[in-house]
Amino acid sequence: MSHSTQPVFIALQANNDTMPIVEAILADNPLAIAHEYPAMVKIDAPGRLVVKRESVEERLGREFDLRELQVNLISLSGSLDETEDEFILQWNAA
Amino acid sequence: MTVEIRVQAVKPLRNTFGHIARRFGDKAASRYQEGTYDIQSEVNHHYKPLWDQERDLYDKRRTAVEMRDWYALKDPRQYYYGSWTIARAKQQDAVDRQMEFAEKRELLRSLPEAARKAIVFALVPLRHFEWGANTNMCMVSAYGWGTAVTQAASMATMDRLGMAQHISRLGLLVDGNLGDSLVQAKNYWTDHSDWQPLRREVENLMACRDWFEVILAQTLIADSLVYALFFNHFDSKFSAENGPGLSTVLDFLTRWHDESNKWVDAVVKPVVAESESNRAQLQAWADHWRTAFLSALSPIAQGIMGPIGRDTLAEINTKLGTRLVKLGLQDHGVAL
Repeated sequence: MSHSTQPVFIALQANNDTMPIVEAILADNPLAIAHEYPAMVKIDAPGRLVVKRESVEERLGREFDLRELQVNLISLSGSLDETEDEFILQWNAA
Repeated sequence: MTVEIRVQAVKPLRNTFGHIARRFGDKAASRYQEGTYDIQSEVNHHYKPLWDQERDLYDKRRTAVEMRDWYALKDPRQYYYGSWTIARAKQQDAVDRQMEFAEKRELLRSLPEAARKAIVFALVPLRHFEWGANTNMCMVSAYGWGTAVTQAASMATMDRLGMAQHISRLGLLVDGNLGDSLVQAKNYWTDHSDWQPLRREVENLMACRDWFEVILAQTLIADSLVYALFFNHFDSKFSAENGPGLSTVLDFLTRWHDESNKWVDAVVKPVVAESESNRAQLQAWADHWRTAFLSALSPIAQGIMGPIGRDTLAEINTKLGTRLVKLGLQDHGVAL
Protein backbone atom coordinates (compact mmCIF):
# COMPACT_ATOMS: atom_id res chain seq x y z
CA MET A 1 0.00 0.00 0.00
CA SER A 2 1.46 3.34 -0.99
CA HIS A 3 0.88 6.53 0.89
CA SER A 4 -0.27 9.83 -0.50
CA THR A 5 1.56 13.05 0.26
CA GLN A 6 -1.67 15.03 0.53
CA PRO A 7 -1.44 17.19 3.62
CA VAL A 8 -2.90 15.95 6.88
CA PHE A 9 -3.33 18.18 9.90
CA ILE A 10 -4.19 18.23 13.55
CA ALA A 11 -5.38 21.36 15.33
CA LEU A 12 -5.14 21.64 19.09
CA GLN A 13 -6.05 24.32 21.55
CA ALA A 14 -3.00 26.32 22.49
CA ASN A 15 -2.63 25.93 26.23
CA ASN A 16 -0.34 24.62 28.90
CA ASP A 17 -1.60 21.04 28.45
CA THR A 18 -0.88 20.88 24.74
CA MET A 19 2.59 22.42 24.81
CA PRO A 20 4.35 19.11 25.41
CA ILE A 21 2.13 17.40 22.83
CA VAL A 22 2.99 19.95 20.15
CA GLU A 23 6.67 19.66 21.02
CA ALA A 24 6.51 15.87 20.75
CA ILE A 25 4.76 16.03 17.38
CA LEU A 26 7.30 18.45 15.96
CA ALA A 27 10.16 16.30 17.22
CA ASP A 28 8.74 13.08 15.76
CA ASN A 29 7.63 14.55 12.43
CA PRO A 30 10.47 16.48 10.85
CA LEU A 31 8.28 17.55 7.92
CA ALA A 32 5.50 18.91 10.12
CA ILE A 33 4.97 22.65 10.35
CA ALA A 34 3.17 24.30 13.25
CA HIS A 35 1.05 27.37 12.58
CA GLU A 36 0.09 29.41 15.58
CA TYR A 37 -3.32 31.04 15.61
CA PRO A 38 -5.05 32.82 18.44
CA ALA A 39 -5.70 30.05 21.00
CA MET A 40 -4.97 27.33 18.44
CA VAL A 41 -1.98 25.48 17.04
CA LYS A 42 -2.51 23.80 13.68
CA ILE A 43 0.13 21.34 12.60
CA ASP A 44 0.32 20.41 8.92
CA ALA A 45 2.33 17.54 7.54
CA PRO A 46 2.60 16.04 4.07
CA GLY A 47 1.01 12.59 3.94
CA ARG A 48 1.55 11.38 7.48
CA LEU A 49 1.62 12.69 11.01
CA VAL A 50 2.22 10.61 14.10
CA VAL A 51 1.73 11.38 17.80
CA LYS A 52 3.80 9.00 19.93
CA ARG A 53 2.77 8.27 23.50
CA GLU A 54 6.36 7.82 24.62
CA SER A 55 7.50 11.17 23.27
CA VAL A 56 4.62 12.98 24.93
CA GLU A 57 5.28 11.21 28.25
CA GLU A 58 8.95 12.17 28.09
CA ARG A 59 8.03 15.85 27.87
CA LEU A 60 5.03 15.69 30.18
CA GLY A 61 6.72 13.86 33.04
CA ARG A 62 3.87 11.44 33.64
CA GLU A 63 1.97 8.62 32.01
CA PHE A 64 -0.13 9.77 29.10
CA ASP A 65 -3.11 8.10 27.49
CA LEU A 66 -3.37 9.12 23.83
CA ARG A 67 -7.11 9.48 24.28
CA GLU A 68 -6.35 12.54 26.43
CA LEU A 69 -5.66 14.25 23.09
CA GLN A 70 -9.39 14.51 22.58
CA VAL A 71 -9.77 16.98 25.44
CA ASN A 72 -7.88 19.68 23.60
CA LEU A 73 -8.48 18.55 20.04
CA ILE A 74 -10.13 21.07 17.73
CA SER A 75 -9.99 19.34 14.40
CA LEU A 76 -8.03 16.94 12.27
CA SER A 77 -7.88 15.60 8.74
CA GLY A 78 -6.62 12.32 7.42
CA SER A 79 -7.66 8.81 8.16
CA LEU A 80 -6.88 7.90 11.69
CA ASP A 81 -5.12 4.82 12.95
CA GLU A 82 -5.01 4.71 16.73
CA THR A 83 -3.17 2.30 19.00
CA GLU A 84 -2.08 2.56 22.60
CA ASP A 85 1.32 3.84 21.52
CA GLU A 86 0.63 5.85 18.40
CA PHE A 87 -1.97 8.15 16.97
CA ILE A 88 -1.40 8.23 13.20
CA LEU A 89 -3.00 10.48 10.63
CA GLN A 90 -2.46 9.62 6.96
CA TRP A 91 -4.15 9.39 3.60
CA ASN A 92 -4.25 5.89 2.23
CA ALA A 93 -3.90 6.02 -1.54
CA ALA A 94 -6.68 4.12 -3.28
CA MET B 1 -24.29 44.23 2.06
CA THR B 2 -21.48 41.88 2.93
CA VAL B 3 -20.01 41.43 6.31
CA GLU B 4 -16.42 40.38 6.35
CA ILE B 5 -15.28 38.66 9.47
CA ARG B 6 -11.58 38.93 10.00
CA VAL B 7 -9.45 37.50 12.69
CA GLN B 8 -7.26 40.03 14.40
CA ALA B 9 -4.30 38.25 15.85
CA VAL B 10 -2.33 40.21 18.39
CA LYS B 11 1.18 38.90 18.76
CA PRO B 12 2.44 39.21 22.31
CA LEU B 13 5.65 41.23 22.55
CA ARG B 14 7.21 38.64 24.82
CA ASN B 15 6.20 35.09 25.58
CA THR B 16 7.40 34.62 29.11
CA PHE B 17 9.25 36.24 32.00
CA GLY B 18 12.68 37.70 31.37
CA HIS B 19 14.51 35.26 33.63
CA ILE B 20 12.86 32.28 31.92
CA ALA B 21 13.59 33.73 28.47
CA ARG B 22 17.26 34.15 29.39
CA ARG B 23 17.44 30.47 30.16
CA PHE B 24 15.22 28.90 27.49
CA GLY B 25 14.76 31.63 24.88
CA ASP B 26 11.70 33.76 24.37
CA LYS B 27 9.05 31.14 23.74
CA ALA B 28 5.98 30.00 25.60
CA ALA B 29 7.17 28.34 28.83
CA SER B 30 5.47 25.63 30.83
CA ARG B 31 4.07 26.45 34.24
CA TYR B 32 6.66 24.19 35.81
CA GLN B 33 9.43 26.23 34.20
CA GLU B 34 7.86 29.51 35.23
CA GLY B 35 7.30 28.34 38.78
CA THR B 36 10.74 26.81 39.22
CA TYR B 37 13.72 28.26 37.40
CA ASP B 38 15.76 31.05 38.95
CA ILE B 39 13.22 31.70 41.67
CA GLN B 40 15.76 31.12 44.44
CA SER B 41 16.59 34.39 46.14
CA GLU B 42 20.32 34.95 45.56
CA VAL B 43 21.22 38.52 46.47
CA ASN B 44 20.34 41.31 48.90
CA HIS B 45 20.27 39.11 51.97
CA HIS B 46 20.46 42.04 54.32
CA TYR B 47 21.13 40.21 57.54
CA LYS B 48 23.36 37.33 58.43
CA PRO B 49 21.36 34.64 60.16
CA LEU B 50 22.13 34.69 63.90
CA TRP B 51 22.15 30.91 63.94
CA ASP B 52 24.82 30.60 61.24
CA GLN B 53 26.90 33.72 61.07
CA GLU B 54 29.50 32.29 58.72
CA ARG B 55 26.96 31.97 55.95
CA ASP B 56 24.12 33.86 54.32
CA LEU B 57 20.45 33.25 54.91
CA TYR B 58 20.37 31.21 51.71
CA ASP B 59 23.77 29.82 50.98
CA LYS B 60 25.19 27.30 48.53
CA ARG B 61 27.81 26.31 51.08
CA ARG B 62 25.43 24.33 53.28
CA THR B 63 26.43 21.18 51.42
CA ALA B 64 29.77 19.75 50.37
CA VAL B 65 28.31 19.19 46.90
CA GLU B 66 29.10 21.85 44.31
CA MET B 67 27.06 22.50 41.20
CA ARG B 68 27.52 25.12 38.50
CA ASP B 69 23.77 25.18 38.08
CA TRP B 70 21.58 23.83 40.86
CA TYR B 71 18.60 23.96 38.53
CA ALA B 72 19.97 20.89 36.76
CA LEU B 73 18.17 18.93 39.48
CA LYS B 74 14.80 19.24 37.82
CA ASP B 75 11.82 17.18 38.81
CA PRO B 76 10.83 14.83 35.96
CA ARG B 77 7.29 14.79 37.34
CA GLN B 78 7.27 18.56 36.76
CA TYR B 79 5.39 19.17 39.97
CA TYR B 80 4.68 22.73 40.89
CA TYR B 81 2.15 23.50 43.58
CA GLY B 82 -0.88 23.23 41.27
CA SER B 83 0.00 20.02 39.42
CA TRP B 84 1.18 18.37 42.63
CA THR B 85 -2.00 19.11 44.60
CA ILE B 86 -4.17 17.97 41.68
CA ALA B 87 -2.24 14.71 41.35
CA ARG B 88 -2.33 14.01 45.09
CA ALA B 89 -6.02 14.90 45.42
CA LYS B 90 -6.85 12.33 42.74
CA GLN B 91 -4.73 9.72 44.47
CA GLN B 92 -6.30 10.56 47.83
CA ASP B 93 -9.75 9.87 46.36
CA ALA B 94 -8.59 6.49 45.15
CA VAL B 95 -6.92 5.68 48.47
CA ASP B 96 -10.04 6.66 50.40
CA ARG B 97 -12.05 4.25 48.30
CA GLN B 98 -9.55 1.45 48.93
CA MET B 99 -9.66 2.18 52.65
CA GLU B 100 -13.43 2.28 52.70
CA PHE B 101 -13.53 -1.02 50.87
CA ALA B 102 -11.13 -2.59 53.37
CA GLU B 103 -13.14 -1.21 56.27
CA LYS B 104 -16.53 -2.34 54.96
CA ARG B 105 -15.34 -5.85 54.19
CA GLU B 106 -13.34 -5.92 57.42
CA LEU B 107 -10.36 -7.10 55.40
CA LEU B 108 -7.93 -6.50 58.25
CA ARG B 109 -10.28 -6.58 61.23
CA SER B 110 -11.41 -10.12 60.41
CA LEU B 111 -7.88 -11.54 60.23
CA PRO B 112 -6.83 -14.00 62.93
CA GLU B 113 -5.32 -12.37 65.98
CA ALA B 114 -1.76 -13.43 65.20
CA ALA B 115 -1.98 -11.79 61.77
CA ARG B 116 -3.38 -8.57 63.21
CA LYS B 117 -0.57 -8.51 65.75
CA ALA B 118 1.95 -9.05 62.97
CA ILE B 119 0.64 -5.96 61.14
CA VAL B 120 0.85 -3.84 64.26
CA PHE B 121 4.35 -5.05 64.96
CA ALA B 122 5.73 -4.92 61.42
CA LEU B 123 4.03 -1.96 59.76
CA VAL B 124 2.39 0.48 62.14
CA PRO B 125 5.68 1.62 63.78
CA LEU B 126 6.74 2.87 60.35
CA ARG B 127 4.53 5.92 60.88
CA HIS B 128 7.42 7.14 63.00
CA PHE B 129 9.88 6.37 60.23
CA GLU B 130 7.72 8.47 57.91
CA TRP B 131 7.63 11.27 60.43
CA GLY B 132 11.42 11.15 60.54
CA ALA B 133 11.45 11.36 56.74
CA ASN B 134 9.13 14.36 56.98
CA THR B 135 11.54 16.10 59.33
CA ASN B 136 14.49 15.30 57.10
CA MET B 137 12.78 16.63 54.00
CA CYS B 138 11.89 19.79 55.93
CA MET B 139 15.59 20.21 56.58
CA VAL B 140 16.32 19.86 52.86
CA SER B 141 13.67 22.37 51.85
CA ALA B 142 14.82 24.83 54.52
CA TYR B 143 18.58 24.73 53.95
CA GLY B 144 18.79 23.50 50.36
CA TRP B 145 19.69 25.67 47.42
CA GLY B 146 17.71 26.15 44.20
CA THR B 147 13.95 26.05 43.84
CA ALA B 148 14.09 22.97 41.59
CA VAL B 149 15.13 20.77 44.48
CA THR B 150 13.74 22.69 47.46
CA GLN B 151 10.20 22.90 46.12
CA ALA B 152 10.17 19.18 45.38
CA ALA B 153 11.49 18.57 48.90
CA SER B 154 8.70 20.71 50.36
CA MET B 155 6.17 18.60 48.54
CA ALA B 156 7.94 15.49 49.78
CA THR B 157 7.53 16.71 53.38
CA MET B 158 3.77 16.71 52.95
CA ASP B 159 3.89 13.42 51.06
CA ARG B 160 5.64 11.87 54.02
CA LEU B 161 3.12 13.21 56.53
CA GLY B 162 0.46 11.73 54.27
CA MET B 163 2.24 8.38 54.39
CA ALA B 164 2.44 8.53 58.17
CA GLN B 165 -1.31 9.16 58.25
CA HIS B 166 -1.91 6.37 55.79
CA ILE B 167 -0.03 3.92 57.99
CA SER B 168 -1.91 5.19 61.05
CA ARG B 169 -5.19 4.51 59.27
CA LEU B 170 -3.93 1.02 58.62
CA GLY B 171 -3.53 0.58 62.37
CA LEU B 172 -7.06 1.90 62.93
CA LEU B 173 -8.40 -0.61 60.39
CA VAL B 174 -6.79 -3.37 62.42
CA ASP B 175 -8.00 -2.25 65.84
CA GLY B 176 -11.45 -1.06 64.80
CA ASN B 177 -10.73 2.66 65.31
CA LEU B 178 -9.78 2.23 68.96
CA GLY B 179 -6.27 3.58 68.54
CA ASP B 180 -4.70 0.84 70.68
CA SER B 181 -2.54 -0.24 67.76
CA LEU B 182 -1.00 3.22 67.52
CA VAL B 183 -0.04 3.24 71.19
CA GLN B 184 1.31 -0.27 70.90
CA ALA B 185 3.30 0.60 67.75
CA LYS B 186 4.80 3.66 69.40
CA ASN B 187 6.02 1.40 72.20
CA TYR B 188 7.56 -0.96 69.66
CA TRP B 189 9.30 2.00 68.01
CA THR B 190 10.72 3.38 71.25
CA ASP B 191 11.29 0.19 73.24
CA HIS B 192 11.28 -3.04 71.27
CA SER B 193 14.82 -4.25 70.68
CA ASP B 194 14.17 -5.20 67.01
CA TRP B 195 13.20 -1.63 66.17
CA GLN B 196 15.87 0.28 68.08
CA PRO B 197 18.70 0.12 65.50
CA LEU B 198 16.40 1.56 62.80
CA ARG B 199 15.21 4.29 65.14
CA ARG B 200 18.80 5.10 65.96
CA GLU B 201 19.71 5.59 62.29
CA VAL B 202 16.59 7.66 61.62
CA GLU B 203 17.59 9.90 64.51
CA ASN B 204 21.24 10.00 63.43
CA LEU B 205 20.07 11.26 60.08
CA MET B 206 18.06 14.00 61.79
CA ALA B 207 21.34 15.24 63.28
CA CYS B 208 23.07 15.40 59.90
CA ARG B 209 23.69 19.01 58.82
CA ASP B 210 24.56 18.58 55.14
CA TRP B 211 21.27 18.85 53.27
CA PHE B 212 22.39 16.89 50.24
CA GLU B 213 23.63 14.08 52.42
CA VAL B 214 20.20 14.04 54.06
CA ILE B 215 18.31 13.82 50.77
CA LEU B 216 20.60 11.05 49.55
CA ALA B 217 20.51 9.03 52.77
CA GLN B 218 16.77 9.37 53.26
CA THR B 219 15.31 9.03 49.80
CA LEU B 220 17.86 6.93 47.98
CA ILE B 221 19.21 4.66 50.70
CA ALA B 222 16.77 4.42 53.63
CA ASP B 223 13.57 4.53 51.58
CA SER B 224 14.75 1.98 49.03
CA LEU B 225 15.60 -0.50 51.77
CA VAL B 226 12.61 0.17 54.02
CA TYR B 227 9.94 0.27 51.33
CA ALA B 228 11.22 -2.90 49.69
CA LEU B 229 11.47 -4.79 52.96
CA PHE B 230 8.15 -3.83 54.54
CA PHE B 231 5.77 -2.96 51.73
CA ASN B 232 7.10 -5.47 49.26
CA HIS B 233 8.66 -8.52 50.85
CA PHE B 234 6.77 -8.51 54.14
CA ASP B 235 3.54 -7.89 52.24
CA SER B 236 4.20 -10.86 49.92
CA LYS B 237 4.93 -13.14 52.85
CA PHE B 238 1.86 -11.89 54.70
CA SER B 239 -0.40 -12.35 51.66
CA ALA B 240 0.82 -15.90 51.13
CA GLU B 241 -0.29 -16.71 54.67
CA ASN B 242 -3.36 -14.49 55.11
CA GLY B 243 -4.70 -13.54 51.70
CA PRO B 244 -4.40 -10.26 49.83
CA GLY B 245 -6.38 -8.04 52.25
CA LEU B 246 -3.32 -6.14 53.42
CA SER B 247 -1.98 -5.62 49.89
CA THR B 248 -5.06 -3.63 48.92
CA VAL B 249 -4.17 -0.93 51.44
CA LEU B 250 -0.42 -0.97 50.76
CA ASP B 251 -0.83 -0.42 47.05
CA PHE B 252 -0.63 3.35 47.29
CA LEU B 253 2.60 3.33 49.30
CA THR B 254 4.45 1.32 46.68
CA ARG B 255 3.03 3.38 43.82
CA TRP B 256 4.06 6.58 45.53
CA HIS B 257 7.53 5.18 46.08
CA ASP B 258 7.89 4.30 42.39
CA GLU B 259 6.89 7.83 41.48
CA SER B 260 9.18 9.41 44.04
CA ASN B 261 12.11 7.29 42.79
CA LYS B 262 11.96 9.03 39.42
CA TRP B 263 12.51 12.32 41.19
CA VAL B 264 15.27 10.96 43.44
CA ASP B 265 17.17 9.53 40.46
CA ALA B 266 16.87 12.87 38.67
CA VAL B 267 18.31 14.63 41.72
CA VAL B 268 21.26 12.29 42.23
CA LYS B 269 22.30 11.61 38.63
CA PRO B 270 23.26 15.14 37.54
CA VAL B 271 25.17 15.71 40.78
CA VAL B 272 27.24 12.55 40.27
CA ALA B 273 27.85 13.48 36.64
CA GLU B 274 28.91 17.05 37.46
CA SER B 275 32.36 16.39 38.87
CA GLU B 276 34.68 13.76 40.26
CA SER B 277 34.66 15.41 43.69
CA ASN B 278 30.85 15.27 43.81
CA ARG B 279 30.93 11.64 42.75
CA ALA B 280 33.44 10.74 45.44
CA GLN B 281 31.45 12.61 48.08
CA LEU B 282 28.17 10.94 47.14
CA GLN B 283 29.88 7.57 47.01
CA ALA B 284 31.17 8.06 50.55
CA TRP B 285 27.75 9.10 51.82
CA ALA B 286 25.99 6.28 50.02
CA ASP B 287 28.41 3.67 51.37
CA HIS B 288 28.15 5.01 54.90
CA TRP B 289 24.34 5.17 55.06
CA ARG B 290 23.88 1.94 53.16
CA THR B 291 25.97 0.08 55.72
CA ALA B 292 24.24 1.90 58.58
CA PHE B 293 20.68 1.23 57.42
CA LEU B 294 21.37 -2.33 56.34
CA SER B 295 22.71 -3.33 59.71
CA ALA B 296 19.93 -1.34 61.39
CA LEU B 297 17.32 -3.29 59.43
CA SER B 298 18.86 -6.66 60.15
CA PRO B 299 17.09 -7.42 63.48
CA ILE B 300 13.67 -6.18 62.35
CA ALA B 301 14.03 -8.06 59.05
CA GLN B 302 14.50 -11.25 61.00
CA GLY B 303 11.76 -10.23 63.41
CA ILE B 304 9.16 -9.91 60.67
CA MET B 305 10.43 -12.33 58.01
CA GLY B 306 11.75 -15.04 60.30
CA PRO B 307 14.56 -17.25 58.98
CA ILE B 308 14.45 -15.74 55.48
CA GLY B 309 15.08 -12.25 56.89
CA ARG B 310 18.76 -12.23 56.10
CA ASP B 311 18.34 -13.47 52.50
CA THR B 312 15.54 -10.97 51.92
CA LEU B 313 17.73 -8.13 53.03
CA ALA B 314 20.57 -9.39 50.83
CA GLU B 315 18.23 -9.42 47.83
CA ILE B 316 17.06 -5.86 48.55
CA ASN B 317 20.66 -4.77 48.97
CA THR B 318 21.61 -6.21 45.58
CA LYS B 319 18.83 -4.21 43.96
CA LEU B 320 20.01 -1.04 45.67
CA GLY B 321 23.53 -1.76 44.37
CA THR B 322 22.22 -2.03 40.80
CA ARG B 323 20.43 1.26 41.20
CA LEU B 324 23.55 3.00 42.49
CA VAL B 325 25.47 1.79 39.43
CA LYS B 326 22.75 3.17 37.16
CA LEU B 327 23.17 6.53 38.86
CA GLY B 328 26.90 6.55 38.13
CA LEU B 329 28.08 5.38 41.56
CA GLN B 330 29.82 2.14 42.44
CA ASP B 331 28.28 -0.84 44.14
CA HIS B 332 30.61 -1.46 47.03
CA GLY B 333 29.36 -4.69 48.48
CA VAL B 334 28.17 -4.48 52.06
CA ALA B 335 28.61 -7.49 54.27
CA LEU B 336 25.40 -8.31 56.08
